[in-house]
Amino acid sequence: MGMAPDTQTAPRPPAKAPAARATTAGEFVKSVGLRWDTAVGALLVAVFVVGLGTTDGFASGENLAFAFNDIAEIALIALPMTLLVVAGQVDLSVASMLGLGSALTGALWNAGWAFELIVPVVLLVGVAGGLLNGWLVTRVGLPSLAVTIGTLALYRGLASVALGSDAVTDFPQTYASWAVDTTTIPGTFVTYPIALFITLAVATAVLLHSTAFGRSLFAIGAQEEAAYFAGIRVKRFKLILFVVTGVFSAFAGIVFTLRYGSARADNGLGFEMLVIASVLLGGVDFDGGKGTLFGAVAGVLLIGVLKNLLTLNDVPNEVQVIVTGLLLVASVLTPRVIATVIERRHRRATGAAPES
Amino acid sequence: MNQPATGPAPVLALKDVSKSFGAVRALRDVSLQLFPGEAHALAGENGAGKSTLIKTLAGVHRPDAGEVVLDGEAVVFHGPADARDAGIAVIYQEPTLFPDLSIAENIFMGRQPRRALGRIDRRAVRDTTAALMKRLGVELDPDRPARGLSIADQQIVEIAKALSFDARVLIMDEPTAALTGSETARLFSVVRTLKAEGAAILFISHRLEEIFALCQRVTTLRDGRWISSEPLAGLTEDDLVRSMVGRDLGELYPKQSAEVGEIALSVRRLTREGVFRDISFEVRRGEIVALAGLVGAGRSEVAQAVFGVDRADAGEVVVDGRTLPAGSPTAAMDAGLALVPEDRRQRGLVMDMSIERNIALTGLDRLGRGGMVRRVLERGRAADWAVRLQLKYNRLADPVGVLSGGNQQKVVLAKWLATEPAVLIVDEPTRGIDVGTKAEVHRLLSSLAAEGLAVLMISSDLPEVLGMADRVLVMHEGRLTAEIPRAEATEESVMAAATGRNERAAA
Repeated sequence: MGMAPDTQTAPRPPAKAPAARATTAGEFVKSVGLRWDTAVGALLVAVFVVGLGTTDGFASGENLAFAFNDIAEIALIALPMTLLVVAGQVDLSVASMLGLGSALTGALWNAGWAFELIVPVVLLVGVAGGLLNGWLVTRVGLPSLAVTIGTLALYRGLASVALGSDAVTDFPQTYASWAVDTTTIPGTFVTYPIALFITLAVATAVLLHSTAFGRSLFAIGAQEEAAYFAGIRVKRFKLILFVVTGVFSAFAGIVFTLRYGSARADNGLGFEMLVIASVLLGGVDFDGGKGTLFGAVAGVLLIGVLKNLLTLNDVPNEVQVIVTGLLLVASVLTPRVIATVIERRHRRATGAAPES
Repeated sequence: MNQPATGPAPVLALKDVSKSFGAVRALRDVSLQLFPGEAHALAGENGAGKSTLIKTLAGVHRPDAGEVVLDGEAVVFHGPADARDAGIAVIYQEPTLFPDLSIAENIFMGRQPRRALGRIDRRAVRDTTAALMKRLGVELDPDRPARGLSIADQQIVEIAKALSFDARVLIMDEPTAALTGSETARLFSVVRTLKAEGAAILFISHRLEEIFALCQRVTTLRDGRWISSEPLAGLTEDDLVRSMVGRDLGELYPKQSAEVGEIALSVRRLTREGVFRDISFEVRRGEIVALAGLVGAGRSEVAQAVFGVDRADAGEVVVDGRTLPAGSPTAAMDAGLALVPEDRRQRGLVMDMSIERNIALTGLDRLGRGGMVRRVLERGRAADWAVRLQLKYNRLADPVGVLSGGNQQKVVLAKWLATEPAVLIVDEPTRGIDVGTKAEVHRLLSSLAAEGLAVLMISSDLPEVLGMADRVLVMHEGRLTAEIPRAEATEESVMAAATGRNERAAA
């Protein structure tokens, strides 16, 4: 339609200062919102550089191998968790599934099973747990937060049933060496769990950002009904995500068991919060529909590096927990504070409420 | 400005008001005068500045230049509360009531009359509400919860609320967009009552016949500029359209006759318990079939069951000879079915997503190999359809939510036409979009049908139904009550079937 062409050609008086400032402010908010993941990435680099300058031994190969290997399970689970949160879902039962995987590994090892057989069985249990979560969410129609609070307790309970309060520690060195930080890919400081993580992270990034599946997840998270009306198989996609998350969590249980050489029912207690916190720290919107895998990975690594630096500087564990908590609160708060400040300034400048 | 030489002074006026958002000049030197006892229409295409004007009167926006004049004195509203205290009330298209509170509680929310010890005087609340309803000539039980009220009833509640604030100026922003004919008639009689009591009304509607039916004076905006303010007496609809769009529109309903071909969609005895039953009809290639009826007759529900987003309990849907599995939109799409839903914002589009990604959403598996999405192809698909539908946009990467309603509807159409459907179902394709875009959508549907597409069009807009359809199917309370060929379709015959007066007359 030819909207009166003189709209474009009409001479424009110089823009009023308040209006101009409001625009820049608006764009600034937008750019902050869009680049939150980049900001976390930059913060990660900054913390890394500070570590190099202040802390002896931080940059050594052994320490870096230790630092990254120490968050291997959290990092692994954060990958499918990112997909879930982008799709507007969450899984709180991941750490319990890790515990169940660990307990099962120990119980079956005690029962004399071959380790090669234990792994697929544990992964299958992960599939089953994910299916239960996914079924309750997609078929019964319950919110994922409520469902997985329930299965958080359920899976941890099953872990205790499987192994009681025992600890199984007699795993042979051959298996343990795959997970510990003293065994690295020759010539690098990259441990096998981290190598696996890097591979999976690249695959997940491609999946989320360059495939039809990934696009669909963003649509589901942003507006589920519109996605459904566009012919996207919303329920199937959600079910797949819960199953993948279950498998990753159970697998993380095996890694955890081997890394510490100890299978216990209470392994990884509370890890779900660290996983979700890392993902949110990386700028993935808890309401779904927004976020990048890069951001989530940067969030995980930032928490790992900080934890390591604090340990190296003999900061007691309780303080570390407080620092991590503050960081997370700040990450949630900062974008909002910036937005509010700019909105106030905008309002003062123009005397108008923000455009809705 | 042609202010009447005699008569009352304006109660509320805008004088040379300008307002910009960044580089966008929403209003330039706009003036408007509202007189007591008069209904004033505000006309203009989407994007003409109507919303900004309303928000300026309502105290949401403060003008960059010019002034708001109340009872002859310039005033500055610092927020909506100031405007409300000055006696200005705005009734929006979709009211926002608290669903779990009663009608009376909604009206007195936050300022309930109190008894001793601060207890709410429920009787006073209820009695005052009943009195308000009586004054409006409407029967609504004050104790009824707002949940489940029709949009029409919710608007009445909002009007009652405005009255309880002693509003002297009532601004109504497209109040009739979602109303049925009888609901609109009731609303108009309420508005006439208020007018007779001396209230000034500012009325916005895309339906020209409503403007002529209700208002005495009209102000037209185009591209943020004031075009005219004049009495409606002596104007024709064509005159008004011309001043809104700045040129002749040609025909609003450019129906081309098309060659009617094979049966593309066949619906047989489709039933969904408690919603609709025994629905059978066919749509042939090249045909536009309208599905008419009152709101709540089950038309959208039939469309959703045909497309598979709702599961039918019985009956079958056949597209080009293929029977569809029940309850699978994906299978329906594969068979060549497309549904442009009524609710654009919730179902038609992902509002936060970009234009190109919205258009890509229906064809993700065709934008690359092995499940990958190639951005070049994604952008190409969007750019192609943006040109074909003359979409007005800034960048394809902008969120679709920044577009005007008409352009959003074009994106929904693009997203579905890109699937190259054999059958296109459109549910209220022009609701809430401006006259210019409306004519474009009609032209598009007509030429698509001419190219052999089968179109099923649900519409509550009777002129649209009569102007566009080759055949009219009419539903009443979940059943098909008539099938009327184009030649015999009139407002009377369609309304008779829609209200159930000619049960089974032509079926």
